[in-house]
Amino acid sequence: MSNPNALLHRRDVVNELLRDRADLLVIAGLGAPNWDVSAAGDHPNNFPLWGAMGGASMIGLGLALAQPRRKVLVITGDGEMLMNVGSLASIAVEAPKNLTIAVLDNERFGETGMQKTPTASGVDLAAIATACGIRTSRIVRTMAEVSELRDLAHEGRGMAFAQIKINPEALVFVMPPADGVILTTRFRQSVLGDEALFN
Amino acid sequence: MAEAAKSRSEAAPALPTWPDEIYRVLKDAGIRQVAMVPDAGHSRLIRSFEADPETRVVTLTTEEEGVAMLAGAWLGGERGVLLLQSSGVGNCINMLSLPVICHMPLLMIVTMRGDWGEFNPWQIPMGQGTRPSLEAMGVIVNKVDEPHLVASAVQGAANLAFNTWKPVAVLIGQRVLGAKNFKELARK
Repeated sequence: MSNPNALLHRRDVVNELLRDRADLLVIAGLGAPNWDVSAAGDHPNNFPLWGAMGGASMIGLGLALAQPRRKVLVITGDGEMLMNVGSLASIAVEAPKNLTIAVLDNERFGETGMQKTPTASGVDLAAIATACGIRTSRIVRTMAEVSELRDLAHEGRGMAFAQIKINPEALVFVMPPADGVILTTRFRQSVLGDEALFN
Repeated sequence: MAEAAKSRSEAAPALPTWPDEIYRVLKDAGIRQVAMVPDAGHSRLIRSFEADPETRVVTLTTEEEGVAMLAGAWLGGERGVLLLQSSGVGNCINMLSLPVICHMPLLMIVTMRGDWGEFNPWQIPMGQGTRPSLEAMGVIVNKVDEPHLVASAVQGAANLAFNTWKPVAVLIGQRVLGAKNFKELARK
């Protein structure tokens, strides 16, 4: 980590983003970001996706609007973000203070054979987010910057977007429950209380 | 002059009441988030929601964003509705996996094109494919072709969606909306 040009390791990044997570609500995009969030510890306040590619950020928006007092962190990949990059426009218009989107950018479609994504050719997601109107938007290359992002996400004083450049390493899969009903029900029970079970 | 004005006002068709009726139905159902790609058929309903401080109206760049957004709303304990045109149903298909596999409610109100009286041939493929593609994904579909049945169709769909955690779509046909004809406008 002393070399600022060395690429970050994705699980170090996610462990730092989720450090002392308290009541943080986390949406994890499908593929490696799901496994990274699960490797940091399965938690009822995680909603890890096994599909719905392109939807992670918008799930975060709907959740952030519904729960304005809670902090919502979306952790997803560059391929997932690019699939619905227009959602950055939709989200920027609403810009809930309690929403942070962290894109783990390995410049690859990791699950399908490490093919290059457009970010490998220089597509700048942080600049797209800025151009959409998300004022706190940055490319992150160091753990110090990851720690700053962690604090922004946990404080929730304004919407934030980050494109975090990471090593394209393939790591062991750490899987959360796959049953969408279990994931949905335990999340709602944790956030809304037991009465969620009766609705 | 006065007579001409009178005959014009007599000739003007009465405004349909169903958009106001479904606004009331959706308010009674507790809708707080409205996700939409606009359609002319939804314009009055959208104006009602935009004037309502209790409701957040979110304009989408593509309709599938709304499927995801309303899943997030449900996770956070709020109810929402997705307003879209039939062509936008095609944009939603894979994202519908989310409410289907997670047993989440999703209420979609779809205004039809490519249906009764359509003038634009390019609207036909998705218009005719709207119901089968929704049903192929496990969405419950109810089509309504008479103005006085729209409100009860939406009420029934809302009950079904939020009480049984299913994606449900109401298709409002062009018999209700009136078929556009840009060719006539072009001639004028």
